[in-house]
Amino acid sequence: MSVATLKPSDDVIEYLAAHEKKSMLRFITCGSVDDGKSTLIGRLLYDSKLLYDDQISALESDTKKHGTQGEKIDFALLVDGLAAEREQGITIDVAYRFFSTEKRKFIVADTPGHEQYTRNMATGASTADVAVILVDARRGVLTQTRRHSYIVSLLGIRHIVVAINKMDLVDYSESTFDKIEADYRVFAKDLGFETITCIPMSALEGVNITKQSSETPWYQGSALLPYLETIKVRGALAEKPFRLPVQWVNRPNLDFRGFSGTVASGTIRPGDEIVVLPSAKRSIVKSIVTHDGELTEAHPDMAVTLTLEDEIDISRGDVICAGKAPAEQTDQFAAHLLWMNEEALYPGRQYLLKTANRMIPATVTELKHKINVNTLEHMSGKTLELNEVGFCNFNLAQPIAFDCYKDNRRTGAFILIDRRTNATIGAGMIDFSLRRAKNVHWQDLDVNKNARSSAKHQKPCVLWFTGLSGSGKSTVANLVEKRLHDMGRHTYTLDGDNVRHGLNKDLGFTDADRVENIRRVGEAARLMADAGLIVLVSFISPFQSERRMARELLEDGEFIEVYISTPLEVCEQRDVKGLYARARRGEIKNFTGIDSDYEAPENAEIDLNTAEVSAEVAANRIVEYLESKGYLEG
Amino acid sequence: MSEIDSLITRAKAASDKSGLSISTVSRKLFNDGKAIARLEAGGQCTLKTLETARARLAELEAGEFSAAGTAPASPIPAANDEAPSLTPSAMTHLDRLEAESIHIMREVAAEAENPVMLYSVGKDSAVMLHLAMKAFYPSTPPFPVMHIDTTWKFREMIKFRDETAAKLGLDLIVHINREGVEQGVGPFTHGSQLHTDIMKTQALKQALDKYKFDAAFGGARRDEEKSRAKERVFSFRSREHRWDPKNQRPELWNIYNTRIATGESIRVFPLSNWTELDIWQYIYRENIPIVPLYFAAERPVVERDGALIMVDDDRMPLDGATPKQEMVRFRTLGCYPLTGAVRSNATTLPEIIQEMLLATTSERQGRVIDHDQAASMEKKKQEGYF
Repeated sequence: MSVATLKPSDDVIEYLAAHEKKSMLRFITCGSVDDGKSTLIGRLLYDSKLLYDDQISALESDTKKHGTQGEKIDFALLVDGLAAEREQGITIDVAYRFFSTEKRKFIVADTPGHEQYTRNMATGASTADVAVILVDARRGVLTQTRRHSYIVSLLGIRHIVVAINKMDLVDYSESTFDKIEADYRVFAKDLGFETITCIPMSALEGVNITKQSSETPWYQGSALLPYLETIKVRGALAEKPFRLPVQWVNRPNLDFRGFSGTVASGTIRPGDEIVVLPSAKRSIVKSIVTHDGELTEAHPDMAVTLTLEDEIDISRGDVICAGKAPAEQTDQFAAHLLWMNEEALYPGRQYLLKTANRMIPATVTELKHKINVNTLEHMSGKTLELNEVGFCNFNLAQPIAFDCYKDNRRTGAFILIDRRTNATIGAGMIDFSLRRAKNVHWQDLDVNKNARSSAKHQKPCVLWFTGLSGSGKSTVANLVEKRLHDMGRHTYTLDGDNVRHGLNKDLGFTDADRVENIRRVGEAARLMADAGLIVLVSFISPFQSERRMARELLEDGEFIEVYISTPLEVCEQRDVKGLYARARRGEIKNFTGIDSDYEAPENAEIDLNTAEVSAEVAANRIVEYLESKGYLEG
Repeated sequence: MSEIDSLITRAKAASDKSGLSISTVSRKLFNDGKAIARLEAGGQCTLKTLETARARLAELEAGEFSAAGTAPASPIPAANDEAPSLTPSAMTHLDRLEAESIHIMREVAAEAENPVMLYSVGKDSAVMLHLAMKAFYPSTPPFPVMHIDTTWKFREMIKFRDETAAKLGLDLIVHINREGVEQGVGPFTHGSQLHTDIMKTQALKQALDKYKFDAAFGGARRDEEKSRAKERVFSFRSREHRWDPKNQRPELWNIYNTRIATGESIRVFPLSNWTELDIWQYIYRENIPIVPLYFAAERPVVERDGALIMVDDDRMPLDGATPKQEMVRFRTLGCYPLTGAVRSNATTLPEIIQEMLLATTSERQGRVIDHDQAASMEKKKQEGYF
């Protein structure tokens, strides 16, 4: 019974009962502006009678204003949402559309196809079960077809429809269709798709959309909609070992302690043994609680609450796993990463990594290679730019429980977040754990930091001087070290210029190299602090995130940020080394304050402006700070 | 007392005694968690079903249920007690939508410092609230529920709101823009645009600032309007409550980035992927109470600019017109002077759904505010309209 044939006298209760049992399918449509993607979606909505009279009349008036199809209704106008997009005639974001038939409800992610919108396509693909890739019959398999196919395969979609569209413009030629199908299958054989279905189509004319068309008598396969109504996509996750990432601990009173989350994979029943990661504590499932009553079984995608037989400590971020098949744990892994931010990825910079239920600091330790999304070739590179895909090694502040993405899309995926702007900047798919993490342990030495520093009658710390070139960092640091030395303390100064002659002489001044420069200096400073020294680091260190990274290498209270806040005008006026003049003439690139940003500290422990106080006074203040906080005792 | 009534009474007694919820008992008796609720609402069942249920109830009363004082959370023997609609192959589209919404709500409860649920008293809010009751069961939702009262809502909405909050034990906040009230702002005197801006948009901003909420659930759906189709589930607002459609965070998988800077806030739309039909179908399946205004009844209406406006109180200037009693109902609810009624005889949920399926005018058409200017919703959202 379809909506259109439903008469007021019909039994609507029967209709409701039938529709209550519908399943759901999510799919993504990929294609470029001219492939007729929006037209296809508009056609699906139109043909499944989901448009109301007022929407159709709005569509007709829009067609007169912006339409590209003459007198025919321009279906594309129906799906291009934001006003700016309507005017430019392109789709720039992900739009979600809904329609349903008697068998299924569909959620369509309509995403743009240009290379600069790769991230939008990945977003739409991440939740889709099927991808419909549009190919213009006149043009065949193009670079963009390859790109779209690679991205959906990267995101784990296993069922592909190649919609060979605009067949009306090639007179519904069978040989044209056959050639495109053969080309596509050759190209896609290594992309890991389970099924590839090619359909000859005309979205504009409605050919092979809802039913097989007489225009293509030579085509024996299914039309698009019947295909989407019947394709079986689920079940794989139910076969995998049980995983429940704990989202929320449910504690209404002292007698009830439940663990709420969405089942990522597998099946669980009361009486099953589970193991909780990372604690590795074991227990037995007591009940599966829902508002509608207790369940005898829970399956993937169900939002449930488990209670256990034993009182064990479980919190948000833990993963409850099948007792016999727990997830792997690691703090180092290799993953494919799609970069989604205007500012490039820098290996060594610290980001936040968020999995299904957990957030931890992480860095990319190595970019192994980049993947050209058009040719699938591997390329070397130091950074990832917006919309680029790389294969990277990651290092995490703490171990996480995970599965490989190809085995489990729910427990193998993560996003990266910028600590400063909070933007979502990367999407990652874990490939494998780096075994190193399991074997390398810190050597626990008998003579430790405490022993070394108390022999020196001081507490080790790192005075991190940051500020513009010429602000007076080195001058003040030098005076502080002299004072401390006179007081019998043990010190060492790491100076930006000096380190670049040795340890870091292989690094230049690009943003990526600056990050690596600071990482090495941070590590060197940490070793010296571990040796019990008071370390003075004098570096421009313009980026907040790297200073934070250095701070986090050290124990609480060991990192003292000294912001020499002398203003740019004063520094430039001083121009001790003549560098500002050269930068202004364009002879030096990426010069901080001129054509490269300086991000001032927000909560520096000490802030000194050498335009207002002399270097001697500044040095005294720092020594007073050390005395008052007890660094010079011990 | 009919046989059905007496069965319901006995089932309730068993529920009280054992501490099991009515829906659990219902599932044990009928293999259907909603059966008792449906029967109670006047539903019928076959004699055979009734007999089976009675036999099972007798067993339960004699057996495990009579052991008063045993822990209610102990696992129920699973013999013959299947949950057919919850097996993976049969997880329906409504089950999936429900689970997705619950996942989103739990994520916010776990990560936001001070969340709130915006409650408009309409049908979408009713569904959202029902989902919240499910998401945190057996706890009550760990956040308050807030209604922005423009002082021009239908009286029945206010009554329903207060009864619902009391029945579910919710922490209800009602916020009214007092400055607006003092200035006498209303739709008749100031026009729909200004009234909505001051009493709704500005009031919402006031309330969010006053209580320092960092996350607010809203019941908006992507199928309602074109600009909403592209809005994320987690939608970020600047300190000035502005939405920047060009700078939205990508949302991949079910991993949500909830981080914000101090003073910023998030609007969270757990019903993003629901359609109007899904909402009605779910209300029907779950027996969710809704404001009676959705059902047709004789109501006093006058015609204004082609819309049927109900005369809900004496603040409405009639300009000589006499309200006519007509069988009407409402497809959406808002301020009564801005909400058009439709002529209808639909007095039950199936009739409403039938009417909806045959309708040829989309839902928001009944709202006067959306027609004020082209691309109006997108502009309103940028300015802080929910």
